Amino acid sequence: MPKYGMVIDLNKCTSCQACVTACKLENNVQIVPIEDAINGRAMFWMKMLTMEYDGDYPDIKPKALPRNCMQCDEPPCIKVCPVRATYKRDDGIVAQIYPQCIGCRYCMANCPYTVKVFNWHKTEQPQEIEKSYNPDVSVRPKGVVEKCTFCVHRLQIAQEKAKAEHRGLEPGDYVPACVEVCPVSAILFGDLDDPQSDVSKASRDYRAFGLLEELGTVPKVRYLNAIESEE
Amino acid sequence: MTYRDMNDEDETLFKPIYQTGKNFYILAAIFSTVFLIGIGLYIRQLVLGLGVTGMNEPVTWAFYIVDFVFFIGISHAGTLISAILRLSKAEWRRPITRMAEVITGIVLAIGGLHPIIDLGRPDRIMHLFERGRLQSPLLWDVTSITAYFTASTIYLYLPLIPDIALLRDRGGKLENLYKILAWGYKGTPEQKHALEKAINILMVMVIPIAVSVHTIIAWIFGMTLQPGWHSTIFGPYFVVGAIYSGIAALLIVMIVFRKAYHFEDYLKEIHFQYLGTLLLIMSLLWTYFTFAEYLTAFYGHEPAEMRVFFYKFNGGYAPFFWLMVFCNFILPVVILSNRRLKKLPGILMASIAVVIGMWLERLIIIIPTLANPRLPYPTGVYIPSLTEISLFAAAVSAFVLGFMGFSKLFPLISIWEIKEGRLQSVHEVSARLREYLPGRHDEKQVEATLKAEI
Repeated sequence: MPKYGMVIDLNKCTSCQACVTACKLENNVQIVPIEDAINGRAMFWMKMLTMEYDGDYPDIKPKALPRNCMQCDEPPCIKVCPVRATYKRDDGIVAQIYPQCIGCRYCMANCPYTVKVFNWHKTEQPQEIEKSYNPDVSVRPKGVVEKCTFCVHRLQIAQEKAKAEHRGLEPGDYVPACVEVCPVSAILFGDLDDPQSDVSKASRDYRAFGLLEELGTVPKVRYLNAIESEE
Repeated sequence: MTYRDMNDEDETLFKPIYQTGKNFYILAAIFSTVFLIGIGLYIRQLVLGLGVTGMNEPVTWAFYIVDFVFFIGISHAGTLISAILRLSKAEWRRPITRMAEVITGIVLAIGGLHPIIDLGRPDRIMHLFERGRLQSPLLWDVTSITAYFTASTIYLYLPLIPDIALLRDRGGKLENLYKILAWGYKGTPEQKHALEKAINILMVMVIPIAVSVHTIIAWIFGMTLQPGWHSTIFGPYFVVGAIYSGIAALLIVMIVFRKAYHFEDYLKEIHFQYLGTLLLIMSLLWTYFTFAEYLTAFYGHEPAEMRVFFYKFNGGYAPFFWLMVFCNFILPVVILSNRRLKKLPGILMASIAVVIGMWLERLIIIIPTLANPRLPYPTGVYIPSLTEISLFAAAVSAFVLGFMGFSKLFPLISIWEIKEGRLQSVHEVSARLREYLPGRHDEKQVEATLKAEI
């Protein structure tokens, strides 16, 4: 059984937010009205975080960091869920069961990365958006919690396709939307358990770190630190 | 002696059941209106979703959870205090226990509903029972609150039976209801013995259940990784806070009903003095816990922890934090440790301050932690919406209405225990005195001296 993971190279990332947009469209994440967005209810599974600023004003260099669900190997969210609406699959993906969720938001309170988003209410989506819904992903009803699933529907499709072609799943068959769309290939994705895979090699790079690793959550999304070249 | 002859002595206690003044109806109308507005707004929330609240992304738990912790805290007034006073054979408990138990029953029902109000999908509430995960602290909470509610309702009902029998024997209003509820109680020695035994078992049982309830509520927060919540003393800290706010609520209720129903002869200054002392002790204990909690956080100086700490001390929540310190520590300690101020008005003021302060404490524990996530997020400001405020007002109204309704059906002071006190307390106290006084004492002599003293 593979263990899916992701490595995001901050040296390559240009903060273009293509991954943010691709994720939103791929997963039918609700577009909320502007008032709600101002009140902190904007819904993103992949989000750009401004981590810190380098340099003095006016020569500021903000450091941005694309943040999706860390797919922790020791997820704090599943420990507290009272109804098993979130659980860890055998392949390491932390999945959500929307029809099971009672909307208590305990998992949101316990996520140190604040990655989970809640469907505060159902709003009418722009007509153009409704036409471009991804039929592979269920549209969440109001009152449930949702988050990045590593585009698990893509894994299902890839598995079925491989089965129909009488072959095993090969690396590259299954990649999430953010990985696919990244114009500078800053995001690597694959099997962390396979020592030969790119993602596994990158995860052991000297620049590699996990976000809030010290909490013991064992994130399966890792980052390669941005290091200035000495010119 | 039959029940019919015994009635007249404590007629004041029966009076509220049979006589209702104009003010009662006016107050009932006002509180019903507030309550109905709350219900209306809740139905609106059911239809539109939790978007009608002011909650947002980092602050995902807010007013409803604050109120939940607050109300469950108040519920510790009752059963716990009543059980402890009964267990320690405090003679002065007799006119207090009933009101304390009623507070528990009503507030627990209200508080227990708050997590359901807070659910995004209340229609799926049965999932908790059908496929609940016992590993989740939320399920421990469901279990312990249900157990506490069951135990405290029975604990309220059992000592009520002899009083219901008194009401049944008087006949008239609602005779059939009392006939059913009295369960054929006639006050025979066997019945009395069985009743006392049942009360004794329950009062011992109810204490650990009550402690567990608030410990588990604290653990909902304590079991998370969040700064400001992940603390080992949260369990006892919450229990202390719960008992503290409970005593304050009990004092307010006692003072209000003493005035409204003319219970001056039953609830004397001394009762308030004793409970006031208990409130003072709890105030100091609460302050000690708060101090220990924040001092350790401050010395550890973890960055995430410090963000929450300074948010409370001099950030956005500083006004609430210092108001809480004033309400929970400065004001009650000044009033209750000063003999001249420790009179009814002073005690009432201290109690109201404590109730407000304890609500603020829950607010201060819950929101600053959520508003300061570990990663740098653009955090919006949480402002409660009208729905959340109205539902809090509705919950308070439901409490008042419940109490008013109860007072029209059953006596608010345990009549049979008062009577029993008159008949037996001198004998019991003298027997106890003889047991621990040094030297040998004659039973008759001690009792006679005691009687003479009274």
